[in-house]
Amino acid sequence: MIANELQPDKWVELHADYLFNYAIGKVSDVEIAKDLVQETFIAGLNSAKNFKGDAAERTWLIAILKRKVIDHYRKINSKKGKAEVRIQYSDQTDAEGEWLEERVADPFVKGGDQEIENEELGLAIQNCIDKLPKKQSRVFTMKTIQGMSTEDICKELGINPSNLWVMIHRARTSLMGCLNQSWF
Amino acid sequence: MKISCEQAAEICNKSQYREASLMEIIKLKYHIFICKTCKLFTTKNTKLTKLCNESKLQILSEEEKAKMKAELEKSNN
Ligand SMILES: [Zn+2]
Repeated sequence: MIANELQPDKWVELHADYLFNYAIGKVSDVEIAKDLVQETFIAGLNSAKNFKGDAAERTWLIAILKRKVIDHYRKINSKKGKAEVRIQYSDQTDAEGEWLEERVADPFVKGGDQEIENEELGLAIQNCIDKLPKKQSRVFTMKTIQGMSTEDICKELGINPSNLWVMIHRARTSLMGCLNQSWF
Repeated sequence: MKISCEQAAEICNKSQYREASLMEIIKLKYHIFICKTCKLFTTKNTKLTKLCNESKLQILSEEEKAKMKAELEKSNN
């Protein structure tokens, strides 16, 4: 297999919802979460030259987002933030040092797999949704996460209800398989 | 009263979104009484609905994603 490669032009499509839900879990504010995701993508772009291809693109982006979350808490200087910074920095040598985006490199994301094992239910589901074919994931998300009516989805996507239910069936079957081991 | 496994699955999917009619639900109940495969599917499918509801997942709108994409392209140049 070839080394992982970055595809910034696909980041929003491939990772935005996952990173968004990750950020919401950390900052509990939709607007701030959105900003952090945007900042993460920009920072990722600026430090792309440091990406060595050892980690998956998403794992690498999450490592950057984690730093953005820490920066955010530093800025507002809340107690929760201080605790979080302490935890995150505890095993690193640059404990008090300023975070430099350009220094994000693959070694940082060691333990990423561990992280994924512990991820919350929402992230596990989003992870599985992201593995679906694009149209299926779109239909499933509109129907299940956004709670849109069958009629509205059909109108927006130019499909008929039987198409929709076939796609929902395929998506749900895949998700059951994808989530099976840890959640069923 | 009799329905195929495919029909049972479709009714089961619709019922996850409360879009199955009472008559369809009755047919499904009868079918899963005699079909183990569909009974298992219905159990798992219902569990999936429960997990999705519990997850409190949120997604960015297409508009917000387009904005993000534009912002990203701007800093890529
Ligand atoms: Zn059956």
